This record gives sequence, structure tokens and C-alpha cells, in this order.
Amino acid sequence: MADVTHAPAPAAAVHGHGTTTGISNAKLAMWVYLSSDCLLFGGLISTYLLLRHRSVQGLGPADVFDIPFTSVSSFVLQMSSLTMALAVAAITRGDVRRNRVWLLTTAMLGATFIGGQVYEFTTFYREGLGFTTNIFGSAFYTLTGFHGAHVVVGIVMLMSLLMMSFRGNLGPERSDAVEIVGLYWHFVDIVWILIFTIVYLIP
Amino acid sequence: MTATTPVDASVDPAPEGHVHEHPSDWQYAKIAILLGLLTALEVGTYFWEDIFGSEPSTAALIATLFPMMFIKFVTVAGYFMHLKYDNPIFKRIFIFGLILAVGVFVAALFAFEFWSDDYFRFLRG
Repeated sequence: MADVTHAPAPAAAVHGHGTTTGISNAKLAMWVYLSSDCLLFGGLISTYLLLRHRSVQGLGPADVFDIPFTSVSSFVLQMSSLTMALAVAAITRGDVRRNRVWLLTTAMLGATFIGGQVYEFTTFYREGLGFTTNIFGSAFYTLTGFHGAHVVVGIVMLMSLLMMSFRGNLGPERSDAVEIVGLYWHFVDIVWILIFTIVYLIP
Repeated sequence: MTATTPVDASVDPAPEGHVHEHPSDWQYAKIAILLGLLTALEVGTYFWEDIFGSEPSTAALIATLFPMMFIKFVTVAGYFMHLKYDNPIFKRIFIFGLILAVGVFVAALFAFEFWSDDYFRFLRG
């Protein structure tokens, strides 16, 4: 006869992390990656701060920035963090339908942000600020371009999750996958919080 | 016959600090409203001159904007990324990366600004 006890199950078992630490290896890997990405953006932001006022010709930050427009983009990206958090909460509860809705909303908000960035870059270029116009242009496009590339990768990951969900491969038992993509997405938002203040709002 | 080892229910089976109580949807919405309000305040500094009649100094802008930026950063990392609730090792890994990133900035600042000829020329008057 089986001797069954009803003690609380270990967290590791609840979450299906069959690792010696009880932590999901994939989640740990994502955190290590995000930590290393801090260095990438730390380097790019440092470079921008040190070089932005060294241009001797061409347009500068005050000539091109459209703060009200960028503020709307920032707000859109911030709200995508909310919808991402709601997507993670939904899949953890086992609510697959709402998870799909929030994942799609997050991807669309991310795409709106990227659309805004493309419009901004195009406007700056038409006004005379190209990538090689001056050192400010190079530093600005490199920093914000890298961030935009991160957002695009995030959108691809969100769409992949949606595809998995529609194929029936993304249930509550795989909520970790949504959480890990969520970590990446929130990181992209966090980096924009820094860029928006340091690059756009402080002259 | 299956024999299972009795489990001592008094022992906390969760790994160190691994708390699973995440915010509810409504709490997430409240956090997002706070973030939205902070962003609105940040953007408000752009209209400083219209409101106060004089242009703000860079020091005043930094003193106003950096605390708001910091609060937004910590709020997203703590609540949306669950650092407040998850295993502390994630927080340590992330803070380690942040410290290194700040180190990169300080190193670059020293290399390009403080050790440059311009800076010493400035010091010599």
C-alpha cells in the first residue's frame, strides 16, 4: 500500500524544473544573457553621452528631436510591458485564449513602436542627419538602432509563441517559455526607460 | 507496493526566497498607471520653460528626471520581471551586469574626458 503524504510539493516540482537548483535552466540563461546585454547597452549609452556634443558640423540633438512624438512611442512601449505581464499571468492561470490576446497586443504595440522609430529615422534623415553626417548621428543611430533591433527580435519571439499556441504547443505546462520571452521584452522596455531620459530629455 | 519517503511538512520546500505570489492583473494595471504618470511627469519637463518662464539648468533636469527614471526602472524590474518575487539569484545576476555596465561608463568617462588633453588644458586654465 502506498504511503502518501500531503506535504506541499517542492516549488521545483510545481514548476517542473528538474534541476539541482530548482531553478529553470532556460530562465537562468535568459537572466545571464540580459546581464550581459546590460554591458552592450552600457557601452552604447556611454559612447553616445561622450560623443553627442563633439560634432563640429551638421545637426545636433536640439535640432532634430521631436519630444512629444517620442513620448507617445515611449508610452506605447511601456504599455506593451503591461500587456506582456498580463500574457504571462494568463498562461500561468491556464487561460490560453487571453494569453493569445495579450501576446498579440504586445506584438502590435511593439510594431507600433518600431513604426514610430522608422518614421523618426526617416524624418531625421530628410532633415539632414544621416548615419555618417556627424559623430552625434553615428552614436544616436547606433544606440537607438540596436534597441530597435532588440524590439524586432522580441516581436519575432512573440509571434513564435503565438504560432506555438495556435498549434496547441503552448499550454500552462510551458508557461516558462512565455515568462522567458516576457523577461526579454521587459528588459527592452527598461533599456528604453534609460534611453528616453538620457538621450531625449536631458539636453 | 510503492514506498515514498515521508515529507516533513514543517520544512519550507521552496528554494531560498522563491516566493510565488505574483501580482494580480489589477495590480499590474495599477503599476502601469504609475509608470504612465511618471512618464507624463518626465515629458512635462520638456515644457518647463512654458510653465516656469525660464529654461531649466541641466543640473535641475538631472535632479528631476533621474529619480523618476530610477523608480520606473526598479518598478519594471521588480514587478513586471518578478525580481521582487523570484529567486534572489536572478536579482544578483542582473545587478552584477548593471554594475559592470556602470563600470564601462565610468571607465569610458575617465578615458575620454578626465585623461584627455582638453580636460588638463581646462584645469590649467
